[in-house]
Amino acid sequence: MLLKDIIEKLELKVLNLANENVDVKDAYASDLLSDVMGKSKAGQIWITLQTHKNVSAICSLKDLAAVVIIGNGQPDPDMLEHAKEEEVCVLSTPDSCFNICGKLYELIK
Amino acid sequence: MIFKADLHIHSVLSPCGDLEMSPSAIIAEAKSKGLNIIGISDHNSTRNALVASKIGKENDIFVLCGAEVTTKEEVHCLCFMPDEKTLLEFQNFLDSKYIFFQNDPDKFGYQLVVDEEENIVDQIDTLLINAIDCGIEDLQKKVYELNGIFIPAHVDKPRFSLSSQLVFIPDNLKFDALELSKHAEKNNFLQNFSWFSPNRFITSSDAHYIPDIGTVYTELEMETLSFENIRLALQNIKPR
Repeated sequence: MLLKDIIEKLELKVLNLANENVDVKDAYASDLLSDVMGKSKAGQIWITLQTHKNVSAICSLKDLAAVVIIGNGQPDPDMLEHAKEEEVCVLSTPDSCFNICGKLYELIK
Repeated sequence: MIFKADLHIHSVLSPCGDLEMSPSAIIAEAKSKGLNIIGISDHNSTRNALVASKIGKENDIFVLCGAEVTTKEEVHCLCFMPDEKTLLEFQNFLDSKYIFFQNDPDKFGYQLVVDEEENIVDQIDTLLINAIDCGIEDLQKKVYELNGIFIPAHVDKPRFSLSSQLVFIPDNLKFDALELSKHAEKNNFLQNFSWFSPNRFITSSDAHYIPDIGTVYTELEMETLSFENIRLALQNIKPR
């Protein structure tokens, strides 16, 4: 499903828009950046509660479609700045990790 | 002169610290191991550091007073303060950043503040091993504002470290050195995480039990022992 349709259907808040026409088939949920660095795959949506600038760095290095910050978490200002420069899509949701993963699974799997 | 420094030691204030880890027992062990400098770095609290420093002075052990703080990213960082006033200010800062969670001593261990004679003078309620509500850069800024020493802890470890939690060293993060755990050589950290080089590294024991103290240490070169000279000696470590 296209990222823009996922954003609409899951009512994700857009903090920085990019990659909206990417076709998303999979996602990865983890709060350990080293784990995401090692195991995530290009094109996935990443679900996390981390808000550090390095989140954005890993999104661009691993070519992830978007990052979804759970529990209404606010990215650190320099994370957003980096995301804008590197065209990383940053989204947020009031949902818990479990709930947003469940909804996304329903949608794309 | 060369001074032997083990800058990462937990006392009975850390829930995971052994109940034998009283400041007086730590100093006695440090002395018997031939250490000159130790760091008292309990999780998120400085409250046993001054007692250790006092006993240290009587026994020719220089004690760096501080804490091993868990940032909101769950990165452990050693933070040391130059004097009593800044240590108190740093403790007040930590107090304002705790996310309260009642400690259960049966599950996590006791968090005891003790005096020179090993009498228990206080017990900390909030669980000290949790993250505080402060990111790593903001913590570092606070430490430097108070003229302290800042050392991200055991950066090679697969949990609670700069490498596990953030992968990269944030480009605006300042530090006096990076700490390697005693297993860092074995796991070839610097080969696997080449982007952590070149930097200045120390090695410390992260002792939770008396026999661990001084099992690894860092040699620091300076004329006379002082907080300022330790900072300078850290900055003079040959990068690798």
